[in-house]
Amino acid sequence: MNLLEAKNLYKSFGNINAVSDISISLNVGEVIGFLGPNGAGKSTTMKMLTGFLEADSGSIEIKKIDLSEDPINAKSIIGYLPEGAPSYSDMTVKSFLYFVGKMRGLKDELLEKRLEIMLKDINLSEVQNQIIETLSKGYKRRVGIAQALIHDPDILILDEPTDGLDPNQKFEMRKLIKSISKNKGIIISTHILEEVEAVCSRTIIISSGKVLLNKETKDILKNKKENLDSIFRKITK
Amino acid sequence: MKLYIEKLMIIFNREFTGYFRTPLASIFLLVFLALSAGMTFFMGQFFQRGQADLNSFFVWHPWLFLILMPAIGMRLWAEERKSGTIELLMTLPVTNSQLVLGKFLASWFFTLLAIIMTTPIWITVNYLGEPDNGVIFISYLGSWLMAGCFLSLTSCLSMLTKNQVIAFIVSTISCFIMVMAGFGLVLASVRSWAPLWFTEVIQSFSFLSHFKRIQYGVLDLTTFIFFISMIMICISINIFLVQLKKAD
Repeated sequence: MNLLEAKNLYKSFGNINAVSDISISLNVGEVIGFLGPNGAGKSTTMKMLTGFLEADSGSIEIKKIDLSEDPINAKSIIGYLPEGAPSYSDMTVKSFLYFVGKMRGLKDELLEKRLEIMLKDINLSEVQNQIIETLSKGYKRRVGIAQALIHDPDILILDEPTDGLDPNQKFEMRKLIKSISKNKGIIISTHILEEVEAVCSRTIIISSGKVLLNKETKDILKNKKENLDSIFRKITK
Repeated sequence: MKLYIEKLMIIFNREFTGYFRTPLASIFLLVFLALSAGMTFFMGQFFQRGQADLNSFFVWHPWLFLILMPAIGMRLWAEERKSGTIELLMTLPVTNSQLVLGKFLASWFFTLLAIIMTTPIWITVNYLGEPDNGVIFISYLGSWLMAGCFLSLTSCLSMLTKNQVIAFIVSTISCFIMVMAGFGLVLASVRSWAPLWFTEVIQSFSFLSHFKRIQYGVLDLTTFIFFISMIMICISINIFLVQLKKAD
């Protein structure tokens, strides 16, 4: 089932073309690894897919809902972890998740249930009453993931979810992404190629705002002569 | 409509309780109460005047609000932009108007709390004499409306920068201009070169001229309409600025 269909997206800031003619299709069970060098347009594309930025041209449909025509309903289907996992640092973990859950329209009983699941599944129980400001980077990232998942969205868009995490935390995060990917469509932007190999079913490489490669990850890995690392370097040079 | 208000109230609650999560609320309330009492009793010569009214209390409000309202409102948007939470907030299923209104109302009701906490001064004047409580009530209402104007203007300006200090300074200067527009000295200097209608326009935009009328118990509808319209204009510009500047 198709969850997200973005066609011919363009976005420029002044004279700079950040995104030029990018099209993405996301289906249930799919994890798309969004790769590219710094300034390639990954974050800008993600910001457009989540409705934070409006595309100059092109269309985005979230489960057949046009994002520009009905942003409220379209946004309610998406869970989003922005770059750097921003959160309200003066709130406790629990009150922050409660706030996001309420904003996502969850009613009290369901919200309590989802909170419980999030705290348990994302290992936040022991810091649930702690002020976010006092948490380590790893915990802050987990809080970001929890707020993106609190309403059990069909689509999950994660901008560099493992950035700044230690190897153990990265492993845990990948395990989590894999475990929830069966019933959802997930888009992850990352710099880490091994992450794409580990969790992503499809790989999209962009550079200078253009899609350079859009292939099933297993097909890329079949090629014994070239690995993802060398392909990345070759086409983004 | 019910859903609209529900979301607005969630934003309102987060912002309102936010004041109390840091020492900001207690510091603000303390400073506001100390300054308003100090100005009323010492600078306003409350006892020496021998009149049972609160003129010496309300007369300082435009000047107090000039500093204190930007202090409350400077964080409303500048902080969201600096910390990046604006991206989180605006990818939630919520409209810009819900966000702007929720934030503004939270700061406005926090100010109401501060104003309500000055009621011991009102009790004192009732204990000492027989003031016109109708005039006092209208003055309180006018004071809160004027605070709303300062806050909506500050909220608007805090969307233009990521730096809270800059937001505070620019807002204070803007509020100062809005107060000074009705000051005799300013009007006299404008009158010397501008046509009469221009001087009247400037005076009509002054918070001070409008507040003075309320302060003397004149229940002037145009003054209330002025304050409400100013708030609505600033909120509308704020909604527009959120859309325009969110990703900068």
